[in-house]
Amino acid sequence: MERNYRKIWWRHWLAITCFSVIPLLFVSYSLYALFDRIYTEKVYETLRNSVANQRESLELYFSERISQLYTLANTNTFEELTNEVYLNKVFDLMHVRSNSYMDIGIIDDEGRHLSYVGSYYSLLKNVNYKNEPWFDAVKANGIYISEIFLGFRKVPHFIIAVMVRDKSSSWILRVTINLKNIDDIVQKAWDGKQGDAFIINKSNKLQTKPRFGGNFLESPTLNSVSNAQSHHEDFDYSGIIATKVERKTFFGQDSFFAATPISNSNWILVNKESPEELLSPLLKGKFWALFLTITGLVVIGCGAALFTNSLVNKIRETDHENATNFDMLMQANKMIALSKMAAGIAHEVNNPLASIGETAGWMKDLLAEEDLAGSKNFTEFDESVDKIEKHVIRARKIIHNLLGFARRMEPAKEKINVNNLLEETTGFLENEAKYLSIRVEKKYADDVPVIVSDLSQIQQVVLNILNNAIDAIGSNGTITVSSRYLHKSGQIEIAVADTGKGIPESELTRIFDPFYTTKEVGKGTGLGLSISYSIIEKLGGHITVESKVGEGTVFTILLPKH
Amino acid sequence: METQQKFIRVLIVDDEDDFRETIVKRLNARKLVSEGAASGVKALEILKTKDFDVIVLDVKMPEMDGIETLRHIKKLKPEIEVIMLTGHASVEFGLKGMQLGAFDYIMKPAMLNELLDTISQAYHKKCNVDY
Repeated sequence: MERNYRKIWWRHWLAITCFSVIPLLFVSYSLYALFDRIYTEKVYETLRNSVANQRESLELYFSERISQLYTLANTNTFEELTNEVYLNKVFDLMHVRSNSYMDIGIIDDEGRHLSYVGSYYSLLKNVNYKNEPWFDAVKANGIYISEIFLGFRKVPHFIIAVMVRDKSSSWILRVTINLKNIDDIVQKAWDGKQGDAFIINKSNKLQTKPRFGGNFLESPTLNSVSNAQSHHEDFDYSGIIATKVERKTFFGQDSFFAATPISNSNWILVNKESPEELLSPLLKGKFWALFLTITGLVVIGCGAALFTNSLVNKIRETDHENATNFDMLMQANKMIALSKMAAGIAHEVNNPLASIGETAGWMKDLLAEEDLAGSKNFTEFDESVDKIEKHVIRARKIIHNLLGFARRMEPAKEKINVNNLLEETTGFLENEAKYLSIRVEKKYADDVPVIVSDLSQIQQVVLNILNNAIDAIGSNGTITVSSRYLHKSGQIEIAVADTGKGIPESELTRIFDPFYTTKEVGKGTGLGLSISYSIIEKLGGHITVESKVGEGTVFTILLPKH
Repeated sequence: METQQKFIRVLIVDDEDDFRETIVKRLNARKLVSEGAASGVKALEILKTKDFDVIVLDVKMPEMDGIETLRHIKKLKPEIEVIMLTGHASVEFGLKGMQLGAFDYIMKPAMLNELLDTISQAYHKKCNVDY
C-alpha cells in the first residue's frame, strides 16, 4: 500500500527538469552560436579594415615620397644636383621637413655615382650601379621601389629611384628610405600583448622586423621554435593578390591573419592577432552564457524540486485520504454485515417471542375462566403469566432497539411526529447543555404534520447538529430548535440556531465535505456533517447552513412530507 | 350467511404453528370465528371454499411470502381486508402491503388487544364498504 515517494519524487523531478532544461539549452546554444557567428564576422571585418587602413597609409607614404622625388628632380637641374654642396643643402632641407630619407644620390646613364649625401659616402661614392638589378628596372620603368636588400653597403635597406630625362641626357635620383617610417606605420598594428604586423616580399622574406623575433630577409617563423617542425603547412602569404583574412594555425599557434598586397611594390602586409585578445568579448560572452545557463539550470532544478515537493505531498495526502476512505468503507461494510446479522437474529427471535407472548396470553385467558376458589395457587399463576408477558414486552423493546440500529443503514419509512422527534432528541443533550449553561429554546409550530421518513436517521442528523452547536458555543449561550410547516412547498423545516463563534464564509462552502473539520486534530473525523448531508439528501430533503462569525450559525433541514 | 355475519370471520396465516394456533384459540375465545393456515398456499386453498372478513397475514413465510399471498388474495377476493404482520426489520413490507391494498400493518410480537382493535377497524371498514 505504501508507495515509494522518493522514487516518485525523483521521477517527477527528472521529467520536469528535462522538459525545462532541453528548451533552455537549445535557446542558450542557438543564441550563443548566433552571437559567435556575428562576432566572428565582425572580427574578420575589423581585421580587414585595419589591414586596409595600414595598406593605404603605406601606399600614401610611398606616393608622397615619389612625388617629392619628382618635384626635387624637376625643380633642380642636373648640374645643380650633381654639385654635392648643393645636394647636401637640398637634403638638409628635406630632412628638416621629414625624417624620411637616409641618403640621396645622383647616378648617370652609365651607372656612375655622380653625387651622394649620406653616411656611407666613402663606401658608395665610387661604386658603379650599372650591374645592379634595380638599375635596369628603373631605366625601364622610370620609377623603382626596391625591396629590402643589402646592396654595396651590406646593410638591409630599401630605396626609391626615379629616372629623370633631360633634353640631352637622362639620370637617376635615388634615395634610401628611413626604415623607421615604415616601422612606425606597420607597428601601429602591434595591438595588445600579442598582436603583430610585418611586411614580407613575394619570396616570403621579412621586410620589416616582426614584433616577436625574426630578422630582415628571413622567412617569418612567428617566433616559434619548438613546433616549427611539427606543422606541415608553411606560413606563406607571399603569393596573394588580394586581401585575405583567415584564422589559421601556423607553427602550432592559432591566430587570425590578415594579409594584403601593397600596390606599386612587391610587399605584402601581414597582421597577426591572437584569438584570446580579439575574441575576449566573445569569451566573456561565453562565460556569461554559461553562467546564465547554469543559473537557469539551478533555478529550474530548484523550481522543479519545489513543484515536485508540493505534488508529492499532494499525492501523499490523497493516498492518506484514500486510506482513510478505505478504512471508512471497511467500517461501513462491517456495519452492514453487523446490521444484517442483527436483523436476522431479531427476526428469528421475534417469532418464538410472539409465540411465547400469545401462549402466555392464552394462559391468562384460560385462567380467567377458572374458578377463583378452585385453585389455591391461582394468584401465583396469574402473576407468573403477567411476568411472562412483561418480559416478552421487555424483550420486544430490546429487539426494537437492535432493529433500530440495523435499520439505520438504509432509510426506513415510518410515521414521524417531527415535534416529538425534536423533543426527544433535544432531551438527550439537555443535561449536557444545562451543565455548560446553554439554554435550549424550543419553538415548535402546531401545524407540523406527521411525515413518513426514517426516524432514527433524522434523529441522528439532528443530534449531530445539536452536538456541533454545543461545541460551537462552548458555554453560555442559547440553542434555538424550531419546527415549521411550509404550506406552499409542503415541506417541513427544522432549524437549529446557535449563538456560537460562527463559521467564516470561506469555510462555509466546505463544511459538508467529507473530512472537513474545525475541531482539534483527533477529536473529529469530519464525517458528521457530510454523513448528515447525505442522509438528508437520501431522504429527499435538503440541508443548508448560514453563519456569521461572532454571531452564530443556523442549520436548516428541509424534509418532504413523504 | 346473515347469522354468521354477527361474528367476525378471521383467517390467520402464519407458518409459526404455536403462534398461529394460540392466536386462533384466543380470538375464538373472544367471539371471533377464526381459523389458521400454515402457509400462503394453504390460505388460498381455504379461501376457495370459505369466506372471511379479515385476514391476518404474516409477511415472512417460506415458499410464498406475505406480499405474494396478498396479491393473490386481492385478486381472488378483493373485499376481504388484510392486516399484515411484520417484524421490525420488515416495516417496508408492511408499507408495501398497504400500497397493495392491505388495511394496515402490525408489528410482531403484537399484543392481542392491538390485533383485536385493528381487526375490528378493518371489519367495520369492510362492512361500510359493503353497505
